[in-house]
Amino acid sequence: MTFTFRETTQRSAAPVTVDHDKCIADKGCTVCVDVCPLDLLAIDPDTGKAYMKFDECWYCMPCAKDCPTGAVRVEIPYLLR
Amino acid sequence: MSTADTRIHEYDLVVVGGGTAGPMAAIKAKERNPALRVLLLDKAHVKRSGAISMGMDGLNNAVIPGHATPEQYTKEITIANDGIVNQATVYAYAKHSFATIEQLDRWGVRFERDETGDYAVKKVHHMGAYVLPMPEGHDVKKVLYRQLKRARVAITNRIVATRLLQGDDGAIAGVMGFDCRTAEFHVIRAKAVVLACGAAGRLGLPASGYLMGTYENPTNAGDGYAMAYHAGAELANLECFQINPLIKDYNGPACAYVTGPLGGFTANSRGQRFIECDYWSGQMMWEFWQELQGGNGPVFLKLDHLAEETIQTIETILHSNERPSRGEFHAGRGTDYRRDMVEMHISEIGFCSGHSASGVWVNERAETSVPGLYAAGDMAAVPHNYMLGAFTYGWFAGENAADYIAGRAFAAVDGAQVERAQARVLAPLLREQGLAPAQVEYKLRRFVNDYLQPPKVTRKMDIALDRFDGIRDDLEQLHATSPHELMRAAEVSVIRDCAEMAARASLFRTESRWGLYHYRVDHPQRNDADWFCHAHLKKDDAGRMSSFKRAVEPYIVPIDSQERTAYDRLRVAATPQPALA
Repeated sequence: MTFTFRETTQRSAAPVTVDHDKCIADKGCTVCVDVCPLDLLAIDPDTGKAYMKFDECWYCMPCAKDCPTGAVRVEIPYLLR
Repeated sequence: MSTADTRIHEYDLVVVGGGTAGPMAAIKAKERNPALRVLLLDKAHVKRSGAISMGMDGLNNAVIPGHATPEQYTKEITIANDGIVNQATVYAYAKHSFATIEQLDRWGVRFERDETGDYAVKKVHHMGAYVLPMPEGHDVKKVLYRQLKRARVAITNRIVATRLLQGDDGAIAGVMGFDCRTAEFHVIRAKAVVLACGAAGRLGLPASGYLMGTYENPTNAGDGYAMAYHAGAELANLECFQINPLIKDYNGPACAYVTGPLGGFTANSRGQRFIECDYWSGQMMWEFWQELQGGNGPVFLKLDHLAEETIQTIETILHSNERPSRGEFHAGRGTDYRRDMVEMHISEIGFCSGHSASGVWVNERAETSVPGLYAAGDMAAVPHNYMLGAFTYGWFAGENAADYIAGRAFAAVDGAQVERAQARVLAPLLREQGLAPAQVEYKLRRFVNDYLQPPKVTRKMDIALDRFDGIRDDLEQLHATSPHELMRAAEVSVIRDCAEMAARASLFRTESRWGLYHYRVDHPQRNDADWFCHAHLKKDDAGRMSSFKRAVEPYIVPIDSQERTAYDRLRVAATPQPALA
């Protein structure tokens, strides 16, 4: 018998979402990525827009409050809602 | 001592943690000696890191002339801690408290004032008045950042500090860590280090089961406690856990300090007040827990009796400072302060001297027991120090570290120390398969809840030590798929160290003290004959985690016998109920 080690991922709906019409990450803005204490946001190379890469959100809000165009929305994570 | 992926830096002073105490330490070190090369190192980004990431709605321990005296404050904190206090540290804070407030005021932090221009101090504590609201306190971090830039403090973000570097004589010689985006390993040599890494806030698992739904900013995983421990520093009174009354599920503070002076209060399910004072203490949490367990639970924050304009004021403050997503949480559940009481619950356990007394031991100069190592803020054992105490001890740490550095050279460092640290930290990234850090963290923190959450039971805590040994083995199998996950892996190791410290410190003190914080079912009574002392913990010369007693330092401010028990009488006296007809 040959048991093969596998890793699987657990799916989750990201509580932080970004309005692509307002986000100016493609113009070089990285404010939300910079300020997240847990380093959860990143710029998607395909769209040039910010997105939540890791769902470990503390719903603390710097990403939304500091965004110069109001493009970031923070919802309370589902488990706490 | 370097490999291809290792970066070496040299600074005179490194401050680890850019939240509250850290920026103050860095600024004050530069003011003391502008020639010093000072680095402020942060795991997150200094602009928005730490417990006050989104600001703060008030000072909880302002000692302002005309409202309170340092002696009165020292007395209050001594009593609230059942007498186990190094008064020299509390008194040093209290005497400097007003100077810190004036400094923050000059920098642009806005405090509430009354119609005469005086600070609008409120009474929330059991005995004295020390609460100063900051309705516009959301800008604290911006104010600090501006001052850091003016003081020309060097800043490095996204570096996770993992171990202190020590010279051959044991003195602190710097700090090591890695970049959480690239996994590049950094060795920062320094002549002194200030640790200001915040609470151990990811120790217990919140009742929601959500790993990052903690009371504390979850970046504050206890990194400072673990680093100090492994460097041989003494930690004090860790068994005096932090346990706070919070909004259920949201797990943020209900903010009775904010609402209390406006007429809000903590109530039971009948809407009745059951504690005389909402100030967080072990005794207050004891009464809170009794009410939760008893037939009068759950516990609520009651605001529904207040006038519309008062409620609007409360909403403006609470929904824009400290935890501003609170408004959205309430909206999602249809909770309106005008109509509904806010359901509260009890937090997970943690270490945090900002709220209780569990921290790395420091004296009134912010010196730890290791030469060249300073600590300040939530992680430094100055009881109930809160934000203003963090600023004040950051100030002490910065100035005293600057003096310590004067005339000192870099210590010689054994290269093997660096290689060992680097191999340990980076291992999860080099493994091709293994355990997921989030899963190991979940299990570890569930064990913390199962076995360490008060009421503390001896047999359960013994089992906990076995389980934490098992997790130590699991750490050798962690697999990180990215530098980001490597950060979480490093944090699991820190949380495990803190969990073991919490168990051993709790087992050592065979009495009950500090209300719920250290309620031991097998030793339910307070025992002043054997335990009116500090309990310290350190890594001994054989590398074992060992506990020992330290005498309580002679009091500077005497406590008379009448006052000593003031915090034991927090429950509202029962009023006779009218007999049923």
